[in-house]
Amino acid sequence: MTSSIPLTRLNNAEDLEALKQKALPRLSLRKDPDAKPYEGVTHNILICCDTGCTSSGARGIVDAFEKDLAAKGLEKSVEVVVIGCHGFCEMGPLIVVYPNDVYYVHLKPEDIPEIVEETIKGGKPVEKFLYHDRETLKPIVHYKEIEFYAQQNRILLTNCGQLHPERVTEYIANDGYKALAKALSMKDKTDQLLEEVKLSGLRGRGGGGFPTGRKWELCRNAEGDKKYIICNADEGDPGAFMDRSLMEGDPHRLVEGMTIGGLIIGANEGYIYCRAEYPLAIRRLKLAISQAEELGVLGDNILGSGWNFHLHIKEGAGAFVCGEETALIHSIEGKRGMPTARPPFPAISGLWGKPTNNNNVETWANIPGIILKGGAWYASYGTEKSKGTKVFALTGKVRNTGLAEVPMGMTMREIIFGIAGGIQNDKKFKAVQIGGPSGGCLPDSMLDRPVDYDSLIEAGAMMGSGGLVVVDEDTCMVDLARFFLSFTRDESCGKCTPCREGSTRMLNILTNITTGKGKPGDIELLEELARNIKLASLCGLGQTCPNPILSTIKYFRHEYEAHIFEKKCPAHQCVDLLTYWIDVEKCVGCGACVKVCPVNAIDGNKKEPHIIDIMKCIKCGSCIDACRKYKAVTRK
Amino acid sequence: MGSTQDSGQTVDLAKLEPVFDKYKDMANGSLIPVLQGAQDAFGFLPIPALQAIAKRLNVPISQIYGVVTFYAQFRLTPRGRHVIRSCQGTACHVRNSARILETLKNTLGVTAGGTTEDLKFTLETVACIGACSLAPVMMIDTDAHGRLRPERIPKILDSYSN
Repeated sequence: MTSSIPLTRLNNAEDLEALKQKALPRLSLRKDPDAKPYEGVTHNILICCDTGCTSSGARGIVDAFEKDLAAKGLEKSVEVVVIGCHGFCEMGPLIVVYPNDVYYVHLKPEDIPEIVEETIKGGKPVEKFLYHDRETLKPIVHYKEIEFYAQQNRILLTNCGQLHPERVTEYIANDGYKALAKALSMKDKTDQLLEEVKLSGLRGRGGGGFPTGRKWELCRNAEGDKKYIICNADEGDPGAFMDRSLMEGDPHRLVEGMTIGGLIIGANEGYIYCRAEYPLAIRRLKLAISQAEELGVLGDNILGSGWNFHLHIKEGAGAFVCGEETALIHSIEGKRGMPTARPPFPAISGLWGKPTNNNNVETWANIPGIILKGGAWYASYGTEKSKGTKVFALTGKVRNTGLAEVPMGMTMREIIFGIAGGIQNDKKFKAVQIGGPSGGCLPDSMLDRPVDYDSLIEAGAMMGSGGLVVVDEDTCMVDLARFFLSFTRDESCGKCTPCREGSTRMLNILTNITTGKGKPGDIELLEELARNIKLASLCGLGQTCPNPILSTIKYFRHEYEAHIFEKKCPAHQCVDLLTYWIDVEKCVGCGACVKVCPVNAIDGNKKEPHIIDIMKCIKCGSCIDACRKYKAVTRK
Repeated sequence: MGSTQDSGQTVDLAKLEPVFDKYKDMANGSLIPVLQGAQDAFGFLPIPALQAIAKRLNVPISQIYGVVTFYAQFRLTPRGRHVIRSCQGTACHVRNSARILETLKNTLGVTAGGTTEDLKFTLETVACIGACSLAPVMMIDTDAHGRLRPERIPKILDSYSN
C-alpha cells in the first residue's frame, strides 16, 4: 500500500499541474508495461466492483487477494485497486493485472492463490482463467484484443474501469479538472466556450436529442439574477445502466462537466437528481463532491478564479415520470413529481421560477473532453447529424451483456452480432428493443441502418438513453408490448386524461389479446388510440408510451393476428393460449414429469406413455423442463 | 415525547429531531429529504410523524400525504427487517423474472408489497435496478443477487439470518 497524497487546496492551474505530476507515477504501471516500481509497488491488480460484478461475487475476490498477498508478504508491493464498471459484465468477477496487462474472467476466491503465484511472482498468465475467444477457442491475454472491446471507442468511458473512482488524485493524473482550468482561464470569454460545445454537435443523451449548445444558449440568454443547472440522473428506463456505471466508475467527470456548464451558462448552483435505487452512485458522488470542494475545484473561489459554483445531490423517491424535466424540477422543489405544460420552458422559468438548464449524466460527462480537446475533435466521431459516441447497455438474450461505447452511425447489426456476440444458446434473433418504454422494437430487416437519432426515429424507435434489450424467438412481441404498457400505465402520474385513461385502455386490449379474448378490430383500435395519445398527452411519458405498440404492430402484425384469429401464441409464451401434451411415441414412462407436476395433472403406468389432464394442468412448464432427455412433452 | 399510532404502537417522535436538524438550513425543498430521513429512522412513515413534520415545516398535512402517496419509495405501513426488491425490468422480463417473483411469493407466503408475519422480509417489485447484464436480478437490502434461478432462492433467503 502506498501512502495517500494529501489533498491541499489548489489556488491556480499551476497547483493543479503540480498535483498531477505528483500523482502520475502511481498510474505508471497501468500505462506502461516497462514502468519502474513506485514506492516499492511492483504490481496493480484492478478488480471491478461495480454493481454487476459485485453481485457476481467481486467482493470475495478482493478479500481473497488481500488475504493471500498478506500471507505471502506481498501486501506492500502489490496494490489492489477497486475500480468501477469495466464494461464486460457478463464475464464478472473480472480483474486486470498490471504491468503484465493480463485480463482474467469469471474468477472464484479459490483461484486467487494460483494467480498470485503464477502471474504476480512468476510473471506468467494462467491460461484457464483467461477469456477464450468464442470462435477459435484460443485464450486472449490482453482485454483490448477481445472482440467485445476491440470494436469500441471509449472516449467517454476512458476512465471507467481504469481508475479507483474514490481517488481524486488518479482522476487528476489522467488530466482530470484540466478542462475546468482551461475554461476558467477563459472565464471572460465564455461565449467562445459555448461555441466549442455547439461545434461539437453534442445532442442530449437522455432521449430527445436536442442540441446541447443551443439548449445552453437559451438558458444563458434568459433574464434572471439566479440560474440553476440540473443533472438528470434518474435513469429510469428499464434496461439502461450507463449513467449508473458512469457515476460509479468516474464520478469526478460529472462534477467537472457540470462545473464547466455552470460557468458557461452563468449558474452558481447545480443539482444532481439521482434515483434512490443507486445507493453506490450516490455515495461515490457525495465523496467526489467533498473531495472536489477540499481541493478547491468546486465551491467558492474555484482554482483562485473568484468564481463560485455549488453542487447538491437530491435523491429521487421512485417515480419514472421524474425523468421528465418539469416533473423532475417539481420533485426537487419537494412536490409531487408531475409535469407541467411548456412553455414556459425551464430555460426561462424552471427551478423555483428561475432559468434552469437540465441535461442527463452522459451529456454532462461529455463536456470535459469537448472543452479540453475541442469541439472539432468530438465532431470527428459519429455521423453528419449525430456527433460523437454513444454508450449502449447490451442486455437481454445476447452472449456478451455489458456496456459498450461506439461512435454514432455504427449499425445495429455490428453492435448486436459483433460486440454483443450474437444470440445466446444459438437461438434466432427476433427483435431489439431500444429506448426503453418510450422506444420501439426493430426487426432483423432494420439492423443494417446506422444507429443515430434521426434514423431510429424514422424506423419507429428512438435513441432514449441507449438501452438495447435483445429478444430471441422465445419472446412474444404482443406480450412484450403488454409488458411495457403495464409499466407506463403504473408510472403515469395521472395528471392528463389521454395518458392516464389511454394507457389503461390500451393495456386492457393487449391483456385481452394475450389471454385469448382478442376480437377482430382490436389492432385497428390500438392504432387509433395510440395516435391520439401521442398527440394529446401532456409530457414525454404519454407522448411516447404508444411507441412499443406501434412498432410491434408495424413489424410483427402477424403475431397479433395469430393471437386474435387463431388463438395461438407463435412464441409459446402466452400461457392462456397454450396446451401441453405428451407425445406417445417419445414417452418412455419414466415418471420424471409426474414427480415435478405441482397439481398432479399427469398420470400413467410405469414404462407406459403418460397423459396430461388438461383440465387440471396450470401450464407451468415444469414437465417440459423435467423431460429434457426424451423431449416427449410439447406445447402448442 | 411519544405519540400513539392507531395500531397501538408508540411512535418516538424524538427520532425526528436529528432529521430536522440536518435539513434546517435548507431554504426550500426539504420535504422529500426529511421524509426520506424519517423513513430511515422509523422504517416507514407513521401518521403521527407526518403530523409532526407538517407542523415543523409548516406544510399542510394534505400536501405531505400527496407527496408520500405519489412516490414509490414511501410507505405508510411497517416493513420487514430485510426488503427484497425483485426486478421486473425489461431485461429481467425477457429472462423470465416472472418465475423468480412467483418463487419468492411461494417461499415467503406473501404477495408483492407484502411483509412476512415475523417482519423478517418485505417483498417488493422494482422496475429496474440497473444490473440488467445479470438478469434476472433481485436486491435484498443493498446487495444485488444476479443470474437467479428459482432453485437458488431458498438458499439466498436463508443467508439472511435474522
